[in-house]
Amino acid sequence: MIAPIIELREISKQFPGVRALDRVSFAVREGEVHALLGENGAGKSTLIKILTGAYQPDSGEILLRGRPIRIPDTRHGLALGIAAIYQELSLYPDLTVAENIFMGHQPGARWRVDWRRMEEQARAILQELDAGDLDVTQPVRGLSVGNQQRIEIAKALSQNARILIMDEPTAALTKHDVDRLFEIVRRLRERGVAIIYISHRLEEVFLLADRVTVLRDGQVVGETMEVSKTNQAELIRMMVGRTLDTLYPKEDVQAGDVVLDVRNLCYGRTTRNVSFTLRRGEIVGLAGLVGAGRSELAQVLFGITPAESGEIRIEGRAVRINNPRDAMALGIAYVPEDRKNQGLLVQMNVRENATLAVLRQLLRRGFVDYDAERRLTQEYVDLLRIRTPSLSQRVGNLSGGNQQKVVVAKWLASKPRVLILDEPTRGIDVGAKAEIHRLMSALAQQGLGILMISSELPEILGMSDRVLVMRQGEIVAELDRAHATQEAVIAAAMGADDLRSEPLPA
Amino acid sequence: MATQAGRLTQAHRQRGLFAQQEAVIAAAILVMTFVVSLANPDFFSATNLLDIAVNTAYIAVAAAGMTMVIVSGNIDISVGSMLGVCATIAGELARNGTPIPIAFLAAVAAGGLIGAINGALVAYARIPAIVVTLGMLSILRGGLILVTQGRWIESLPEEFFFSQRSTLGVPNPIWVMIAVTILVGLFMKYHRFGRAIYAVGGNAEAARLAGIDPRRVYMFVFVMNGLLVGLAAVLYASRFTAIQSNAGQGFELAVISGAVVGGVSILGGTGTVIGALLGSLLISLIGTASIFLKVSPFWLQAVQGGLILLTVLVDVVRRRRRA
Repeated sequence: MIAPIIELREISKQFPGVRALDRVSFAVREGEVHALLGENGAGKSTLIKILTGAYQPDSGEILLRGRPIRIPDTRHGLALGIAAIYQELSLYPDLTVAENIFMGHQPGARWRVDWRRMEEQARAILQELDAGDLDVTQPVRGLSVGNQQRIEIAKALSQNARILIMDEPTAALTKHDVDRLFEIVRRLRERGVAIIYISHRLEEVFLLADRVTVLRDGQVVGETMEVSKTNQAELIRMMVGRTLDTLYPKEDVQAGDVVLDVRNLCYGRTTRNVSFTLRRGEIVGLAGLVGAGRSELAQVLFGITPAESGEIRIEGRAVRINNPRDAMALGIAYVPEDRKNQGLLVQMNVRENATLAVLRQLLRRGFVDYDAERRLTQEYVDLLRIRTPSLSQRVGNLSGGNQQKVVVAKWLASKPRVLILDEPTRGIDVGAKAEIHRLMSALAQQGLGILMISSELPEILGMSDRVLVMRQGEIVAELDRAHATQEAVIAAAMGADDLRSEPLPA
Repeated sequence: MATQAGRLTQAHRQRGLFAQQEAVIAAAILVMTFVVSLANPDFFSATNLLDIAVNTAYIAVAAAGMTMVIVSGNIDISVGSMLGVCATIAGELARNGTPIPIAFLAAVAAGGLIGAINGALVAYARIPAIVVTLGMLSILRGGLILVTQGRWIESLPEEFFFSQRSTLGVPNPIWVMIAVTILVGLFMKYHRFGRAIYAVGGNAEAARLAGIDPRRVYMFVFVMNGLLVGLAAVLYASRFTAIQSNAGQGFELAVISGAVVGGVSILGGTGTVIGALLGSLLISLIGTASIFLKVSPFWLQAVQGGLILLTVLVDVVRRRRRA
């Protein structure tokens, strides 16, 4: 038994309303690549943040080389040799490569930076990473993502990191850069660095990792395993093996005519050749991992980032959607994921929020007809059971669930034909959640076509008549209600090749 | 149900303590008038109080425009120079024999035009308003001195002095101030576009997603502000016998402090025109009071600046508490 370099014992972390980590124990050895797997929200990010010192655990112990330690902040984490490389790189674009690598720990005396030494050391570290061709005096702006990532790794190594956490490092890389990254990871392993490797690409786990730990709902599933003694199917079962509850009252509705027909829709790298249909009375669930391009697709459909190519048909008629106003005129409504920033006007009241999208219909000679406005708002407050002391209450004072209902009211008031809901129940309590689900079901019954983006598999499976799965900007699977199982959805979302018939996208 | 009741009382308590900044300012005005009158009874005379109101008029008219700009999440610091330019245009035209109403209209139109340039640069070139209007401030001030060569405009025709006359016993500037406050106030509260200004200033992204084009709102508020500054310039120019070439210097400080002290949030999204009027009134009250109390006028600027910082601080703290 090799002694671990770092060990977590019974770590728990609670956030308002969620138990992010529940007595998680987990150990990493020197010179191993340890894969950490789990669905969205399984607790991986929280775990990383506890390791780097960004979060403090509520209970439990962290042991470094067998000795209990406390990591009060990330600076201490770095001093202890724990560094993380996140998916979003955090470099200063206008500073040079060398300055970025040594940001915060420049060689030299207290008031002076020893530039020569800094550049020499930067060169030496990049040489070790097989990236000696990078000019260390060049600004970072304009470098490829692969090179920027190598600079991040060099930054970690320049601080003598012995434990390196990599959060989805290959998500934005080209094939060539992925190969180079794997080479670097193997080199670091040989030098005894412990690497915690988080990825949604199962094939990478088998290519690179020595051991694997699976997280689900904030707990470790089973125990850490040797990668050579498991397979993709087993890992997927471990990730999703959750029982479905009966919170989801989607009633069967006879689907009507096609209301939204999308063909070969493209936008940048995030929406690639997307085609699907949505019928009246149907709820279509859009599943996928974070970053798969689901919200981006919604934004293309709503005209926030208009499509570069492809076709959108509303009730059979080809249309162009260049901005949100076009989308609204065509009867599309979009309830965004980020309620606070994209949905609500927190300092305005319930009435002003609810009628914002339909104010034009409530005018008399350009002035707002107050009575009509109040009547309309009251109608939706009753329908959605929005709990507010009055229609003139500032929405900033309402609870999260009621705020979400106000946003939904705003869009329902526009009498849409197509309703796009992006994470409609994120961060709201169970009761409000059930009410929103009941409402969705009722709206579908009235003939609305609903496209629901959700990262909660039970919600997707419970509410959807059909499930579309996105991965890297493409729709990679379409499953009807009968065939949509947790395993099938997650396998498609992660691109597990042995569970899917069609070949992997390039 | 219990939590809901709790939330309700909490909301009421907030309202009682802070929310009605207008009421706080109105109270401050009354207290201040009372205290200064005790110290110097001459302060509380009809002529003096009327004089204060007339002095407030052109500030309050511009503050109504400034309210729109600030509520939309922007700022316009070029209003002082703009006032100087518009006043000079009205004066020059009148002196050269242009019919007075046309001279006045030209001043208002010039304000609208300058506002349109500010607005276009903010809305379509996406330059921060503080930078755009700082540039405009400098261009207009420099241009004005170049053109007038520092000379005062004098020997204006008798009909020019609109602000010196009264209607139904009340000086004209006060009528204009009341009319502008009511019209702009109603517009902001009840008109679709007024609602859009609050929406964009509160959360531009959410407003855009609800089909409002923030660029049109920005353009609109800057043009309206320009027109109102043009109107303020008319009130200002027609009050004294001469128009100085440095007219309007420091005016932006008075207008912005009037609006901000009156509860218009510098962070955008909240504030009322009536609040801006009361704020402006308080500012000029402090100005006059300092004369009656024989306080050095240099204190005045410091007090204005201090009031701005104080109200913004209260605003920021209040928002943080709610967040």
